[in-house]
Amino acid sequence: MLDHLWLIPLMPLAGFLLLVAFGKRAGDPSAGWIGVTAVAGAFLFTVLALFALLGRPSEERSVDQVLFTWIQVGGFKVSFALLLDQLSVTMALFVTGVSTLIHIYSVGYMKGDPRYPRFFVYLNLFVFSMLMLVLGDNLLVTFLGWEGVGACSYLLISFWFERESAASAGKKAFVVNRVGDFGFMIAMFLCFATFGTLQYTKVLGDLDVASHSTLTAIALLLFLGACGKSAQLPLFVWLPDAMEGPTPVSALIHAATMVTAGVYLLCRMAPLLALTPGVLTFIAVVGCLTALFAATVACAQDDIKRVLAYSTISQLGYMFLAVGSGAYVAAMFHMITHAFFKALLFLGAGSVIHGLHDEQDMKRMGMLKKWMPITWATFMIGWLAISGVPPLAGFWSKDEILLNAYYKSPVLWGLGLATALLTAYYMTRQYRMVFFTNERWRPEAAADKPELTEPEPVGEHHEEVEHAGHGGHGAEPHESGWLMAGPLCVLAGLAALGGLLTFYLHGKPVLEQWLEPVFGDALHQVDATTAQKWLFSGLAVAAAAVGIAFAYSVFERRRRLDAFEPAVLQRAWGIDAFYAAVIASPGKALAAFSAYVIDAKIVDGIVNGAGAVVRGGGSVLRKLQTGYVRNYALGVAFGATLLLGWVMVRSGVGG
Amino acid sequence: MNDLSFPILTVIVLLPAAGCAVVALLPKSRPDIVKLVGFLFAVATGAFTVWLGFAFHAGEPGYQFVTEHAWIKDFGISWLLGVDGISLFLVVLTGILFPIALGGVKVHRDVKAYTAWMLLLEAGCLGAFLSLDLFVFFLFFEITLVPMYFIIGGWGYDNRVYASVKFFLYTLFGSAFMLVGMLTLVFLSAKGHAVTFDVRILTERNALAPATAQWVFLAFAIGFAVKVPLFPVHTWLPDAHTEAPTAGSVILAGVLLKLGTYGLVRFGVALFPSAAVDMAPLLLTLAVIGIIYGALVATVQRDLKRLVAYSSVAHLGFIVLGTFALTNQGVSGGVLQMVNHGLSTGALFLLVGMISDRRHTRQISQLNGLQKSMPVLAAVFTVVMLSSVGLPGLNGFVGEFLVLLGTFITRRWFAVVATAGVILAALYLLWAYQRVFHGTPTGDNVGLPDINWREAAAVGPLVVLIVALGVYPKPVLDRVNPSVEALIQHVEKATGYKQPAVAEGHSLVDK
Repeated sequence: MLDHLWLIPLMPLAGFLLLVAFGKRAGDPSAGWIGVTAVAGAFLFTVLALFALLGRPSEERSVDQVLFTWIQVGGFKVSFALLLDQLSVTMALFVTGVSTLIHIYSVGYMKGDPRYPRFFVYLNLFVFSMLMLVLGDNLLVTFLGWEGVGACSYLLISFWFERESAASAGKKAFVVNRVGDFGFMIAMFLCFATFGTLQYTKVLGDLDVASHSTLTAIALLLFLGACGKSAQLPLFVWLPDAMEGPTPVSALIHAATMVTAGVYLLCRMAPLLALTPGVLTFIAVVGCLTALFAATVACAQDDIKRVLAYSTISQLGYMFLAVGSGAYVAAMFHMITHAFFKALLFLGAGSVIHGLHDEQDMKRMGMLKKWMPITWATFMIGWLAISGVPPLAGFWSKDEILLNAYYKSPVLWGLGLATALLTAYYMTRQYRMVFFTNERWRPEAAADKPELTEPEPVGEHHEEVEHAGHGGHGAEPHESGWLMAGPLCVLAGLAALGGLLTFYLHGKPVLEQWLEPVFGDALHQVDATTAQKWLFSGLAVAAAAVGIAFAYSVFERRRRLDAFEPAVLQRAWGIDAFYAAVIASPGKALAAFSAYVIDAKIVDGIVNGAGAVVRGGGSVLRKLQTGYVRNYALGVAFGATLLLGWVMVRSGVGG
Repeated sequence: MNDLSFPILTVIVLLPAAGCAVVALLPKSRPDIVKLVGFLFAVATGAFTVWLGFAFHAGEPGYQFVTEHAWIKDFGISWLLGVDGISLFLVVLTGILFPIALGGVKVHRDVKAYTAWMLLLEAGCLGAFLSLDLFVFFLFFEITLVPMYFIIGGWGYDNRVYASVKFFLYTLFGSAFMLVGMLTLVFLSAKGHAVTFDVRILTERNALAPATAQWVFLAFAIGFAVKVPLFPVHTWLPDAHTEAPTAGSVILAGVLLKLGTYGLVRFGVALFPSAAVDMAPLLLTLAVIGIIYGALVATVQRDLKRLVAYSSVAHLGFIVLGTFALTNQGVSGGVLQMVNHGLSTGALFLLVGMISDRRHTRQISQLNGLQKSMPVLAAVFTVVMLSSVGLPGLNGFVGEFLVLLGTFITRRWFAVVATAGVILAALYLLWAYQRVFHGTPTGDNVGLPDINWREAAAVGPLVVLIVALGVYPKPVLDRVNPSVEALIQHVEKATGYKQPAVAEGHSLVDK
C-alpha cells in the first residue's frame, strides 16, 4: 500500500469524474452511492496505509512519493508528491472516515433535491481536495488542496443558489478566505527565497539557514492563512454565514474537516513554530480570545445551526490555544474528538431540521425527544461530549488543552476554563430548547406564549428553501430514516469512546506515542504531578457542571428562553457590521471613484480631450477630421518619414 | 535547430492570408460556403501550429524552423521567420483561438467581409509573432489594426464607431513612437556595419549607449504599453471590448493584447537590456497599479463585457510584472500567463457572448438566476471564472504564481502588493457571478436554452486546456524555459545585473 499512496486521493477523484460524466443519468440515489463508494474506498486504503506504517519501526514511518513534476522553472521545482507520516495518516483517517459517514447520511438527507447528483460531485471533489491538502509533501500541493476545499466550500454553501443569502454567503466565504490565502502565498514566496524549496521535510530540516525575523514572518503569514481557513479572529465572519449550505456540508466541511486545515498546517510546521516563541504566544492568545468570544455569541443564537457554527469557531480557538502552547498532540486530539462530536451534533441538527420540515429556529422547536428518539439519544451524547463531561471524548481532549494552557499562562487557562463553562451552558441551552421544554413547533403554540413571538433577529434566513421531498409546515415531526440515523449512531459511539486515544500504552498516551516523532522537540512537555492533573480535571468538570446546572435552572425553573441574550451577543458583538462600515462601504466608494471619476473623467478624459483639441484645431487641421481613419494613418506615416529622415541625417547614415 | 526543407512558418503565416484571398473571390450570396471555407482555412492553420508545437525541440533556447529570404537588400530587410520558446505557444494559441472564434460564433451580416477580415487578422498576428525582422514585425503589428478596426466598426454593438476609431488612433499613436524608436535603433546600430533589421543581430550587437538606449526603449515601451494595455494608456480597451462582436473580443483579448506583452519581452528586454534593467521600476510600478486599479474598477462595472475588459487590465499587469522582474520564474510565468489569459479570457468572452445572444443585454442588473435555466453554461462559466481567479489546479494559477514568486525574489514589495490583487480578483468575478447566475430568475431570464452543441464545441477545447495546463504545465514550461533563461543570461551579460540565485540551503533573505 505504501507504494501506491495515490490510490487514496484517486478514489474520490475517480468518483468526482464519474459523477460529472454519469451523475445525472445515475440520478437519485445511485449518484449518492457512487459518491459513498468512492470515499469509503479512500477510507479503506487509508486504513491499509495505517497498518502498513504500523508495521514499520517508528523512525521509518514517513513515506514520500513523487507522482510527477508539477511546476519547474529554473531553481524552482515543485513535485506533485504525497507525504504519508503519522500526522498525515491520522488526519486522512478521520477525514475519510467522517466523510464516509456524512456521505451516507447525505444519501438520505438530500433525497428529492433537484440537484442531487451535483451535490455528490462537489462532495467528492471536496474529499479529494482535502486529501491533497493533508497528504501534500510540500506547501504548494497543500495549497492546491487548501484552495480546492475553499472552492468546494464556495460551491456548496451557495448550493441552494436561488436564495440570495446562500449566494452571498458562498461568495463571502471565498473572499474572506482569500485574505488568509494572501498570507499563505507570501509565506510560500518567503520560504522559497529562504530555503530554495517548498518541501516540508527540506524546509523543516534546514531551519538554521534562516534568521529569527524571517522565521517569525513566515510563521505569522501562515497563521494569517490559518485564521482565514479556520475562522479565527478577525477572519471568522464567513463561517456563521456558511450555515446557508445544506447541513451535511456544515457537518463535513464547516465543522469536522476543512476548518481544521489551519490547525493542521501549523502542526505540520511545528518545528518552525517552535523557533518563534513570540508567534506561538500570539497564536495562543488569538485562539483563546476567539474561543471565549465565539462562546459568548453562541449563548444568544436562536438558529440551531448558528449555535453550532459559533461553537465550532470556539472549539477551533481551543485548538489554536493548544498549538500556541506547543501542545500539538493535544491540538490534534481535540481536532479528532471535535470532528466526531461536532459532526454528530450537526447531523443531529440536520435530522431535526429535516424532521421539522426545514425549521431552523430553536424557538419553534421543543419536546422533540418524544418524536425523534434516536436523534435525541445521539444528540445527547454529542452534547455531553462537547460540554466536557467525563468519560466522553470532549472531556479528555479539552482537559489536555487546558492543562497545557496553564503552563503557557494561567490567564489563558482561566479564559479557557470560562469558555468551557459557557460551552456547557450554550449546549445545554440548545439541548433543552430542542428536545425538551414545550412543543413550540405546533402552529398554535406561538400564539399561546407571548415571549416566543418576538420579532426575528435581523439577518436570519427563513425563506422557504426549495427542497422538494420535504413536506410543508404543520405536520408532526418525524424521526429520520436509517440512512441518517445510522451515521448518527456510529458518530455517537466515536464521540463517546474517542477518549481512548489518550489511554496509556507502554507508559504513554496512545496518540502522543504515535505522533511524537513528527513533532520531536517542538512538542512542549508538561511536567505536572498526578495530583495536579487531577486538580485541573476536577476544575474542568466543575466548570462543565456549573454551566449545565445554570442552563437547567434557567430553562427549567423559569422557562424563560431569552434570559441572557442581549442583542449585542445576537449580533456577534457587531463585528460584521463593523467590517461592512469600515471596509466594505469605503472599498465600494473607492472602486466607484476609480471607475467613474479617475478612469472615466481623468484618464479617459485626457484622451478624449486630446481628440477634441485635434478636432477643433482650426482649418489647417480640418482635413484630418473627415472621419476617415485612413487620413490619420497617412498623417502618421508622413510624420514618421520626416522623423526617419532626421534620424538618418543625425546619425550620418543617409548622408 | 530544426531545419526543414518545408517552410512551415511561411505556410503558417501565408495560409490564412491565402484564405482571405480565396474568401474574397467567393460569391457574397453564399454565406454558408464562405463560412465553411474560412473556417477550414483557420482549422488548417491551427493544425499546422499544433504540429509546430509538437515538432518544436524542447530544451533548445534558440530559434527553430528559421526561414530567411532577402527582401530589400539595401536596408537589410528580409522575410525572416523563426520561433522559440517565447513565441511558440502564442503561435499555437493564435492557431487555436481563430477557428474557435470563426466557427463558434454566429455572424449576423456580411459573412464574406467578416470572414476575410478575420483571416487577414490571423495572418497579421501570426506574422507578428514569427517575424525576426524588426521591419516585417512592425508591418504585421500594424496590419492587425486594420481588420480589427473594421470588425469592431462593422459588426460591433451600438457605440462601435467611437470605439473602433478610438482603438485605431490610440494604437497608432503608440505605434508612431515605436516606428521612430525602431528606425533610430536600426540606424544607430548600423555604425560600421551593414544596416539590418534582423532581430538576432541587433540583439547581439547591443550597440546603443545606455543613455540613448533608454530613450529608444521608452519609444518601444510606449508602443507596446498601449497595446498591452498598461495603466494609464488602457482606456481604449474597455470601449473596444464592449463594442466589439464576440469573436472580436475573443481575438482582441486572446491574441492582440499579447502582441504588446510579447513585444516587451522580445523587443523591449532583448534589444535594450540595460534600459530594461534601469527602467524596470517604472514598468513594475505601472504593472502593479494596473493589477490593483484594474481589479478595483472592474468591481463596479455594470456591463459584463466591460467587467471582463477591466479584468484583462489587471491580468496583463501580472504579465508585465513578471517580465520586468527579470528572473527565470517571472518571465516564464509571464509568457505562460499570456497563453493562460488567452484561454480563460477568450472563454469568458465566448460565454458572455452566449449570454448576450440570448438576452440581448450585457447589463448585469438585467440578468439574474441564469444558473437555473442554464446549468451547464453556468458550470463552464464557473470553471473559467475559477481559472481567472487563479485557483490551483487550473491554468491561471501556475502563471500567476510563477510571476509573483519570480518578482518576490527580486522586488519583494511589488510582489506583496500584487498578491493583494489576487483577493480583489476573487471579489469582482464572484460578485458578478452571483448577480448574473445566482438567485431566482425573473422576467426574460426564465427558461433560456442551455448551451448548444456548437457553443459547447467552441468553448470545450478551451476548458480542456484550462484544466490540462493547470495540472500538467510541464510540456509548456519545458519549451518556454530555455529561451527565457537565454534571454535572462543575455541581460546579465550585457549589464551588471544578476538575477538572484535561489538554492536549497542558501537563503536569499538572510545572508
